[in-house]
Amino acid sequence: MPSEIGREEMRRMVADGAQLLEVLPAEEYAEDHLPGAISIPLPHIDAESVKVLEKDRAVITYCWDVA
Amino acid sequence: MSPRAAWRLETLGFAEVYEYKVGKLDWLAAGLPTEGTNAEKPRAGAIARKDVPTCHLDERLSEVQDRTQRAGWDVAVVVNEERVVFGLLRARELGGDGEQLVSQAMRPGPSTFRPYVLAEEMAKIMVDHRRETAPITTSDGRLVGLLLQKDVVEAVGRKST
Repeated sequence: MPSEIGREEMRRMVADGAQLLEVLPAEEYAEDHLPGAISIPLPHIDAESVKVLEKDRAVITYCWDVA
Repeated sequence: MSPRAAWRLETLGFAEVYEYKVGKLDWLAAGLPTEGTNAEKPRAGAIARKDVPTCHLDERLSEVQDRTQRAGWDVAVVVNEERVVFGLLRARELGGDGEQLVSQAMRPGPSTFRPYVLAEEMAKIMVDHRRETAPITTSDGRLVGLLLQKDVVEAVGRKST
C-alpha cells in the first residue's frame, strides 16, 4: 500500500535517491515540474512506460494536489 | 490521480512507492524552485515587497500611522503573531482617527494571492480590476509580501492604469 508523505519527507527521500514521478498531463509538466521529476501522465502508466524508472529505488508520485 | 498512479506502480512490480499527496500546488505555494518553461518567469512571490509594514488588531491607529510614515509607506498589512493576514490599512484608513484600534479601522478580509502566480497573470488582474496592491500569502494565509501594481507591471512591461 503506497504511503503518503509530506514535503520535507519527500525532499529528504529524493536527496537519498528516491525517484520523483509527475503523473499530470505532459503540457503541465512542460510548464512546471519539481526539480528532477520524470513525467509519465497517469493514462500512460504501463509496463512499457515505467521502464524509465528503476524498480529497486523508491518512487514518489505526485500530481497537482489532493484531488 | 496521484494515489491511482501509486497503486498502479505497485501492480507493475515497484515495491517502495510513496505519494506526495499535496503535490505541485504545495511545492509552488512554498515558493520552491521548479523546472520547465515557466521556471524563469517572474512570479508574484518574488516581486512582492517583503518590507511592507505590518500591525496587529489591538494597536492604536496612531502607532501604525507613525511607523508606516517613517518607513515611507502609505499602506500596512494587519496580521496576527503567525503573520496570518486579517486586513489592510490603506492611505484612506491610515488617515483616520488615531485613537481607533486597528481592528476598527482596517478593511477586513482582503483578497489574497499565492506566490506562484505568474507576474503576467497578476499584472492583468491588477490592471483590469484597478487594484493598486495585492497581499501575497501562503496557502495557509501567512503573509509573504505586498505586491504593488507598479512593480508587477514593470516586471512584465505592461502599461499601468
